[in-house]
Amino acid sequence: MSNSPVTGTTGSSEWEAVIGLEIHVQLNTRTKMFCGCRVTFGEPPNTHVCPVCLGHPGVLPVTNEKAVEYAARIALALDCRIADRTIFHRKNYFYPDLPKAYQISQYDLPLGIGGHLDVELEDGAVMRVGITRVHMEEDAGKLIHAGGASGRIDGADYSLVDFNRGGTPLVEIVSEPDITTPDQARAFLTQLRSLVEQLAVSDVNMEEGSLRCDANVSVRHPGEPFGTKTELKNMNSFRFLHRGLEAEIERQIASLEAGERIVQETVHFDPATGMVSSLRSKEEAHDYRYFPEPDLTPIELDEAYVERVRGDLPELPAARKERLADQYSLPPKDAALLAENKPLGDYFEAVAAATGDARVSANWVLGDFSAFLNTAGIEVGASPVGAAALAEMLGLVADGTLSGKMAKEVFEVMTTTGKSAMEIVAEKGMGQISDAGELDAIVARIVSANPGPAEEFRYGRDRVLGFFVGQVMKETRGQANPQMVNDLLRKHLGAHGE
Amino acid sequence: MGTRASRASSNPDVTGLTAHGCRDLLAGGEVSAVELTRAYLDRIGAVDGEVRSYLLVDEAGALAAAAAVDAKPRSQRLPWEGVPIGLKDIFCVKGMETTCASRILKGYIPPYDATVIAKLRAAGLVFLGKLNMDEFAMGSSTENSAFQITRNPWDLNRVPGGSSGGSAACVAATEAPWALGTDTGGSIRQPASLCGVVGLKPTYGAVSRYGLVAFASSLDQIGPITRDVKDAAALLDLIAGRDPRDSTSIGLPEPVGFPERSSLEGVRFGVIKEFVGDACEAGVRDVFDGAVDAIGALGGVCEEVSLPSVERGIAAYYLIAPSEASSNLARFDGVRYGHRHSHSEDLYEMYTRTRSEGFGSEVKRRIMIGTYALSAGYYDAYYAQAQRTRTLIIQDFARAFDHFDFLISPTSPTVAFKIGERTADPLAMYVSDLCTIPVNLAALPGISIPGGFSAGMPVGVQIIGPHFSERGMLGAAHALEKKLRVDVVPPLAEVAG
Amino acid sequence: MISRQEVEHVARLARLHFDEEELARLQQELGQIIDYVQQLAELDLSGLEPTSHAVPLKNVLRADEPVDGLSQADATGNGPDVERGQFVVPRIG
Repeated sequence: MSNSPVTGTTGSSEWEAVIGLEIHVQLNTRTKMFCGCRVTFGEPPNTHVCPVCLGHPGVLPVTNEKAVEYAARIALALDCRIADRTIFHRKNYFYPDLPKAYQISQYDLPLGIGGHLDVELEDGAVMRVGITRVHMEEDAGKLIHAGGASGRIDGADYSLVDFNRGGTPLVEIVSEPDITTPDQARAFLTQLRSLVEQLAVSDVNMEEGSLRCDANVSVRHPGEPFGTKTELKNMNSFRFLHRGLEAEIERQIASLEAGERIVQETVHFDPATGMVSSLRSKEEAHDYRYFPEPDLTPIELDEAYVERVRGDLPELPAARKERLADQYSLPPKDAALLAENKPLGDYFEAVAAATGDARVSANWVLGDFSAFLNTAGIEVGASPVGAAALAEMLGLVADGTLSGKMAKEVFEVMTTTGKSAMEIVAEKGMGQISDAGELDAIVARIVSANPGPAEEFRYGRDRVLGFFVGQVMKETRGQANPQMVNDLLRKHLGAHGE
Repeated sequence: MGTRASRASSNPDVTGLTAHGCRDLLAGGEVSAVELTRAYLDRIGAVDGEVRSYLLVDEAGALAAAAAVDAKPRSQRLPWEGVPIGLKDIFCVKGMETTCASRILKGYIPPYDATVIAKLRAAGLVFLGKLNMDEFAMGSSTENSAFQITRNPWDLNRVPGGSSGGSAACVAATEAPWALGTDTGGSIRQPASLCGVVGLKPTYGAVSRYGLVAFASSLDQIGPITRDVKDAAALLDLIAGRDPRDSTSIGLPEPVGFPERSSLEGVRFGVIKEFVGDACEAGVRDVFDGAVDAIGALGGVCEEVSLPSVERGIAAYYLIAPSEASSNLARFDGVRYGHRHSHSEDLYEMYTRTRSEGFGSEVKRRIMIGTYALSAGYYDAYYAQAQRTRTLIIQDFARAFDHFDFLISPTSPTVAFKIGERTADPLAMYVSDLCTIPVNLAALPGISIPGGFSAGMPVGVQIIGPHFSERGMLGAAHALEKKLRVDVVPPLAEVAG
Repeated sequence: MISRQEVEHVARLARLHFDEEELARLQQELGQIIDYVQQLAELDLSGLEPTSHAVPLKNVLRADEPVDGLSQADATGNGPDVERGQFVVPRIG
């Protein structure tokens, strides 16, 4: 389904969509791209601005080194080649949220080129989407349209501009037009988001605007040349991306089948109606008059720098998936789930290391633990049950203290009380056996059943005591009073021999 | 010296004072900072009605700053504290109106100081006010100011040159001991030449551009306009330096210091053939030849050198500068500061009416050329080709400096022309910058010093050095200046009572 | 040579408005200037790189350290039309 061409509305001819995505990632550096103002969110208007990001006469930009590093991280994570020499260009146009009336961006010498992202589709197939380029630029300010009914541009009497956001570092990622369905687009964006999140360079939150996605869409009959493309904007959630693409593809197909031509234009997706509409105004098509930014120097990142950034990259999902599958003998689907969600994967590895049993750990982490997170609506980091605690509980299962069924009960109590498994076992009258007589009988039986180890103990091997304790605990499902067990064992085993 | 029609006081006679002279007076306790500032203010009052070099005189601010200097014991003062200065109205001075001689910035009060202004403030200089200029530094006569025409103190019917015409006229008329100007295609050197004072354009990158309202980013530089070379060197040292706020600033490799030099023994000067050709007035040529002779008398050697590509300089400049300017001036859109057309129906109308009302015709013309040169389909043929021409010019100069220590030429092909003479034909105005433009394109330092007179009007001589050769170049300039100097009564020294 | 349409197009790009008389004069002036700078097109400069940066500097960067900016009052102080701390602009659409 996700790989087959989209069928036209009349069903009479086959159409295929050609989709390229343009993603903007807002970096979480402390300061803006070209000035020292703090990058903030939700602050009172025009309180994090300076003459530079306000575009006052006489000001000059100075590039943020952290932003360059973060952009390089993204480019390398997408397997791009880092340009030997990269420069900034001015992109000139008039708009109230653009204080200099040009955006400092990159044009023909971007930071990263020629990468790819391997996208795992629903049916398990992997699709390679090319990454044309990765480049750096600055964000515009925020416009609020006032006086009209909808808060949108149409019908507004006037607009208000807040420049707090203006100048925030952005990284633009452009994909090759390799995507052919809305499902693929969503999978691509989801996995790209996950990848960038793991680089710790951005919050990549679509609702907050730190991840934005526009699409270039055209349709054609399979095998024919590319059709005219439109630019689809304002899809600020994964769901809207999917719906917007569907709507635009449908619109184009209907249009072409009605004998009309597609006009190259910007279309706006309206989530309320599910419709796409043209954004054309009386302004001319943009002629950005790009030229190299004379106020900034070129950036030449040498091999040492690139290798250092590459070395600092966290293990990326694709590599992690392979390693998890390999190292822990996990089935691919499990490995994928654990690789895609870094905190969950980290959690699993900690549990597996403590228990020594990857299988069991994976089952629990992907099973009951994940179910709990889902129900509670929390992320791994917020879990009241840490990896060590879960591992301890699994240890009690492993040594027979807890049955599988009891373990589930204990786990649930752990999630609501935050207590450890041991504590719960002790409290819950899965209580200890402290009846001396009963314990004595058990200890005696175990000692006589293990003459070899008993002998070893008599010859001075203290550690063997632990074996016996374990056996008693096993017999009593962890409920024997440990101190009494100790005393009883020494009594039955006798003194250390010489 | 002539009589002064001012109130009787202990205020010194400032006509003919250099900045070093002011400094010595203050250091010797012969005059207070307030008295010195007061003397300049009186001088402005006496002559600026005719010269019109000042757009804004900050009497209260200047006297307050001077008083603050006087409050400090002399032993605790920095060397230049209390010396007044005039500032081209293109620098952002915090709290002081900055207009760039344009209606679109009338009323604009910068919320910050340009780096050079901050440096001068920290050094304790007294800001007398803001000086007239061609609007946004576009012009060669200061006739493009939206507010007033500045007149050449040597002949009030003639232009002072531009775009730093106000600065040059101010110093020539001794309305300040020195001034700051800017030079993009000759805008310090040409007016200095036309007004008979010294004007220095440093190597691109020597002085921070932060706070200089940008005209052409890859060409603009800030520099001193002074009464002599020694002052130019001192002011350069006060303003030069790498600035973290300006990514294109480098500073000077070492302070220039006091460029004392008497002999030019063994120094090789190349006379730029293309600048002494037909375009050059005979009278200007004569003065220049006198300078060449003077160099010879000092032991220097002059030889002609051809830099063929410099003839393309004007064309390259009039593509590159307007292109960068069209982008730099786009921020003047009425949204955040400056003039805004009221009662606009919509944004597009607000933008176009604001900018059309706010900009003068030369500025609009250049924005149009620049926008055209950068627009789709034309970029490679115009802008990119001009930048390649620039590379050619840079190479020509580099080759010349393999054989010569410095290059020389007249600063301007003509003396000051009459007001209104060239305003009808933009191209005719552009040709005034023939000798100066290529120096900006190559990012080289250049200085104009007074060479003599032709038909009663000053003629300047230009010396050009390799990148960051300010120390040596100013030394050579000083030697030549000493040799050429004719004791002349400064213009307007006699003021009608 | 520059056509009237081109002059109008460029004026729109630059957000400048000219009346009939100005347009005619501009067309002529720009035409002259363009004819003059056209001389550069004759030159064979194919072997040369355009000088896009005046100084041979590279990698001028700054540390990601916050610096205090302007107060809201100073930031909006020069604004021709300000409402609730924001700059007002007329209807965009």
